Amino acid sequence: MKVKELLFAPIFSNNPIALQILGICSALAVTSSLKVTVVMCIALTTVTAFSNLFVSLVRNHAPGNIRIIIQMTIIASLVIVVDQVLKAFAYEISKQLSVFVGLIITNCIVMGRAEAFAMKNPPLPSFLDGVGNGFGYSAILLGLAFIRELFGTGSLYGYQILPLATEGGWYVPNGMLLLPPSAFFLIGLFIWGIRAWKKDQVEEVDYKMAPNTKPLPKEA
Amino acid sequence: MANNDSIKKTLTVTILLCIVCSVVVSTAAVYLRPVQEVNKSLDFKRNILAAAGLTDQMNGKSVDEVFNQRVTTRAVDLDSGTYTDEINPADYEQRKAAKDPSMSEDLSADQDIAKIGRREDVALVYLIEGDNGLETIVLPVRGYGLWSTLYGFVALEKDLNTVKGLGFYEHGETPGLGGEVDNPNWKSLWEGKEVYDEEGNAQLTVIKGAVGPDTKDAEHKVDGLSGATLTSRGVGNLVQFWLGEQGYEPFLTNLKKGEA
Repeated sequence: MKVKELLFAPIFSNNPIALQILGICSALAVTSSLKVTVVMCIALTTVTAFSNLFVSLVRNHAPGNIRIIIQMTIIASLVIVVDQVLKAFAYEISKQLSVFVGLIITNCIVMGRAEAFAMKNPPLPSFLDGVGNGFGYSAILLGLAFIRELFGTGSLYGYQILPLATEGGWYVPNGMLLLPPSAFFLIGLFIWGIRAWKKDQVEEVDYKMAPNTKPLPKEA
Repeated sequence: MANNDSIKKTLTVTILLCIVCSVVVSTAAVYLRPVQEVNKSLDFKRNILAAAGLTDQMNGKSVDEVFNQRVTTRAVDLDSGTYTDEINPADYEQRKAAKDPSMSEDLSADQDIAKIGRREDVALVYLIEGDNGLETIVLPVRGYGLWSTLYGFVALEKDLNTVKGLGFYEHGETPGLGGEVDNPNWKSLWEGKEVYDEEGNAQLTVIKGAVGPDTKDAEHKVDGLSGATLTSRGVGNLVQFWLGEQGYEPFLTNLKKGEA
């Protein structure tokens, strides 16, 4: 497989959030500020890339019945290391990310790629696949954080862009954008946008509504 | 690859993997510990400055510089309510002392409203002095919320009654609900509240719902956090405890009279 495809296909054609609908939890939780989101994206991309690499390295020796546990052990160790590094070099942000760095362990993207790709492919492509899926996750998260921080607080990356009405400007911030549910609406709009552009991602309907053929019984 | 599933192979792979992973994790933890400790103590100092409202006047100076310049740390014997020189504030670890039976006392159930179990005999207080003597006093507080012990500070104005600020530097409450104790808007509600009533009892507490214009004794009450009743109650209790008789009240009374 080509490097380019491994790295960039997950951004639009096979996005882990928009098409596979994985990793929604952290996409809702950490995207209210761009700065925190950037750190989260770097952390997740690192963990996905290296867990894919290590899982792929041991794939030929992993007993089938404990392979999930092996993947979990590798992922958990990497997440702890990332968490420790953040606590040492980005203490403020690690405080804001609080539980969500730890929760990368249960992020479906990481395990999904380990099980679906790294178990069947050599180390280098697996590593690139991890980086690519990290990019796909980051693309959606950065988009969410951009909209949420800009319209929710009028600032970007902590710098005030739109002058707030409370401080003498004209912009009245949309408080709902700072709450997690707003990310749901935005992800929905993103998915709509991507599927309107790439028609092959539209899922087939599972069933069709039939017209009501029988009139309701009268004696009820 | 059927032989991968033999018991021998399964055990070998498991043990090797566990050894490698534990070595990696412990190496990272041990090597990064010193840097993390520095961050923690900086964060501690930053929170003291934040509770005292000094973070706005830093003028580009570092937290350490401002702290060393403006803040005096003193040890206080909580039972007698006086300063003590038996302990050197520089190497006193208050949180360790609270667990040490020789340096703390057991609290009975009706005393222990903050649910901390034991209270240390000596507490550190942080004094910020200006040209006209004491400006602000920062008192460390702690107490149980919903999931965790909240560690923080209450800062009082020089009248030793009006709250200047409150903040927590460590807690494990639910992000978005109890974790809103870190919300600057909520913290700003504490500013200007009064701790003691005319009889000198600690009245300041957190109520359920919002403080309205016709709430009785509004100067002693702070809005509860919505969706975090137990955390709010915990914060109310810990403030009552630490500013009450078991906490800093004897010391503050002495300080007011100038006898500390």
